[in-house]
Amino acid sequence: MKEKDKVKKIVIAVTALNAIDSPGPGISVIRAIRDCEDFEVKIIGLAYESLEPGIYMHDIVDKTYQIPYPSAGTDALLARLHHINNIEHIDVLIPNFDAELSNFIKISDELGKIGINTFLPRLEEFEARDKVNLSKFGKKHDFPIPTDKVIFQVEELSKTAERFGFPLVVKGKYYDAIICNSVEEANKAFYKLQAKWGLPIIIQKFIRGTEINVALLGDGKGNAISIIPMRKLYITEKGKAWAGITIEDPVLIDIAEKFIRATKWQGGCELEIMMSSDAKPFIMEVNPRFPAWIYLSVAAGQNQPATLVKLALGQKVIPFKKYEVGKVFVRYSWDMIINLSEFQEISGRGEL
Amino acid sequence: MKLKKNIATSEAGFIFNPGTGDSFSVNNMGSEILSILKENKSQDEVIESISSKYEVERSQLEKDLEDFFSQLYGYNLLEI
Repeated sequence: MKEKDKVKKIVIAVTALNAIDSPGPGISVIRAIRDCEDFEVKIIGLAYESLEPGIYMHDIVDKTYQIPYPSAGTDALLARLHHINNIEHIDVLIPNFDAELSNFIKISDELGKIGINTFLPRLEEFEARDKVNLSKFGKKHDFPIPTDKVIFQVEELSKTAERFGFPLVVKGKYYDAIICNSVEEANKAFYKLQAKWGLPIIIQKFIRGTEINVALLGDGKGNAISIIPMRKLYITEKGKAWAGITIEDPVLIDIAEKFIRATKWQGGCELEIMMSSDAKPFIMEVNPRFPAWIYLSVAAGQNQPATLVKLALGQKVIPFKKYEVGKVFVRYSWDMIINLSEFQEISGRGEL
Repeated sequence: MKLKKNIATSEAGFIFNPGTGDSFSVNNMGSEILSILKENKSQDEVIESISSKYEVERSQLEKDLEDFFSQLYGYNLLEI
């Protein structure tokens, strides 16, 4: 028997298996973890919808269970996780959706009691960086954030537009941002985002510049374990990076380190930064989880998801110092063929 | 006239700016000029080097180089 076979597999549960046109980070997170040679893993997928592609990617996800939607609340989630844990004995759980994180953070102590380790931001930091509070957050920590206004009624739009001028950005509570060039466009965007994500809506001043994203991992004590900046090379209609490249810019590293120090950020995170034409970095958004392009961190030499697993398990990790600049990712889509029986299984029994 | 220190170039005429992620392609002549610039040569030395190798009116070469350098500068590839 090989030495490796004797080692107990670490059971890791991961959400966001929706590797679709606007992908969730789950599949990239799993791919990164599987690349790490320090441990053997069994991956448990946690899915909301029966058509999340990761459910059917059996070389990536070993077994998938459906879990209740975030709107069902923490009791339903905890009950379902208890059931799954009785079967799978989960060691580490990594949630990757913005909309579900609040629930997972709230039950993280309960999960710890049944042996499920997490490495999530504290609720205070999680809420402080929320789009709705971002402006206040920026002022508190002296981060450059574009001026914004949180509104609850469409009537507030024209007055805000007068102040900000056009173009301006209309943003949904959880996801989506629409650049608008007139009051009519802004009104339409308001209703569209309200219908999808609810209220409030955030109106943000438009900053012209280059879009940079930074993936980072904080240890929860103010130390940066890993920072990888990426310039979007190809952007989809939804504003998602379809290709990107790692870049070297001390200004970006500084702002990421400052963010981690100020918030004592625990876990993975993505800073969306707009580098203005006069080279001033504005934080546009703080996403409280790994981005969908996180596998690029592995290619650049800093495996953030695998390092998060080690941190969640209480292992000591040494902060990364170097990464490879000029590593490029190009995303692609692929039509998988699945049997109806598999679809029936996950839809009917809630597991596959 | 100096290329920024961190700018990467290849013989095939590929230029990569690691600070911004921008990449560019130049033709053979552009590639040759860049390789001379990488040796920290002055603008006059670039002119001497190219005119000794190719048949070209000096005034035309100066004009074309001026144009090329202003593009490099515009793309943030030269030291200020």
